Amino acid sequence: MKESIKINPEFIYHPGNPLPEIEGHVSCGRFERILKGGDFAVTTELAPPDSADRTEVFHRAAMFNDVVDAINATDGSGANCHMSSVVVCALLSHIGYSPILQISCRDKNRIAIQGDILGAAALGISNVLALTGDDVSSGDHPEAKRVFDLDSISLLTTIIKMREESSLLSGRKLKEPPRMFAGSTINPFVPPIKSRVLQLEKKIDAGAEFIQTQYCFDMPMLVDFMAKAVDKGLTERAFILPGVGTLASAKMAKWLRKNVPGVYIPDSIIKRLECANDQKKEGQKICTELMQKVKEIDGVSGVHVMAYGQEKYVAQMVKDSGVLGDRKPWAPMNRY
Amino acid sequence: MYKARLFASKHARGYEITYNFLSPIIIKTLKAIQVISKSRLDVPITWLEKQIKGFLFDCQMCGNCILSSTGMTCPMNCPKTLRNGPCGGVLNNGNCEVNPEMQCVWVNAWRGSRKMKNSIEIQQIQFAVNHEKRGSSAWISLAKE
Repeated sequence: MKESIKINPEFIYHPGNPLPEIEGHVSCGRFERILKGGDFAVTTELAPPDSADRTEVFHRAAMFNDVVDAINATDGSGANCHMSSVVVCALLSHIGYSPILQISCRDKNRIAIQGDILGAAALGISNVLALTGDDVSSGDHPEAKRVFDLDSISLLTTIIKMREESSLLSGRKLKEPPRMFAGSTINPFVPPIKSRVLQLEKKIDAGAEFIQTQYCFDMPMLVDFMAKAVDKGLTERAFILPGVGTLASAKMAKWLRKNVPGVYIPDSIIKRLECANDQKKEGQKICTELMQKVKEIDGVSGVHVMAYGQEKYVAQMVKDSGVLGDRKPWAPMNRY
Repeated sequence: MYKARLFASKHARGYEITYNFLSPIIIKTLKAIQVISKSRLDVPITWLEKQIKGFLFDCQMCGNCILSSTGMTCPMNCPKTLRNGPCGGVLNNGNCEVNPEMQCVWVNAWRGSRKMKNSIEIQQIQFAVNHEKRGSSAWISLAKE
């Protein structure tokens, strides 16, 4: 598997904008093209390794070949330390993938974040996702200092200012602005639920062009949320990709619900898993069905598949769901 | 004080009326004081603001006060000091993921803002805190504007 990934020399010697500029597009990345082209996009999450070995990154990304349009590289997810998101994205973009740089406000102040954005753009990373970030208390270094100098909306404002005004927050001019497609997240499934659509609007006002949501296991809640977003015209202004996930067992689902803040799993899902003969298979079936249902909702532009620890099943689930139609997303091996 | 803070968001409309009435008076008084005493009274005024707002709102003296835009709930009490709305980790009972004993600051802010006349103010994008102003008086800043 590892040997089969050939590196496109073009991306090594000319890191930077991976594709020619197109008018009306803010980035030179493939992800923006897929969404603006009107295709139903599939994105997923890569868990950066606890290792200094870059082949591990390629190995993990290769699991998603042919089924995803963009790969989020998480930034210390759950406040646990892993390889940095910028580096994972750089490695991936150099062989032609379309990674999404996640920036959490937990670990860096505005000076470090702006530096990272410039560096990331210089390395050919075309997409960025602004996140608040899980609190340090939930991770493996609970004794760390929490930063939260910016919040996700201030971070979006920062990215847009750097890109559109070609300047830093200080006002100092940039020779070349970072041309990055900016996104953020929303969790429509936790309180204050009524405010969540307004929160979405605020993020879009701040410049979010795409939105990925937290795990959706409660379809009626998502349908209701999306209907409100459509009513407010928000789906015309940003691409919304609801998040879906796979649960390995009823026990794991209960653990997630209890221990991971922001994950809402209704009892009906847990019951369905408990009654199944093969809980792992049932979890994948639920995920596949959720993808199909998500695609039918008005105003949705794609789906974000999160399968932490179960990445190897993503390809099959996406294929089974049929959400991509006949389309086959770009993957390194398609080229050689 | 936590209880006083919750009371403020529950009675945000009353606080808004009081604020709208008192704020021009306080600012005018402080402007006059500034003219007469220059900056000599800044220290006691800052102390007074800290005591009053500390009791009523658990004010953290960030020096960038936006209470009237956030449902009369001080966003600096959020462990992540978020100033533009809740994070995605709010517990199902509306409490904070970091301090599960405490109600989410933004659940309160939202509830408070719904009661206020100027409820749309919570939609204003607030840029991050200017940390140079930490510990200084927001009242004096307004009076100096």
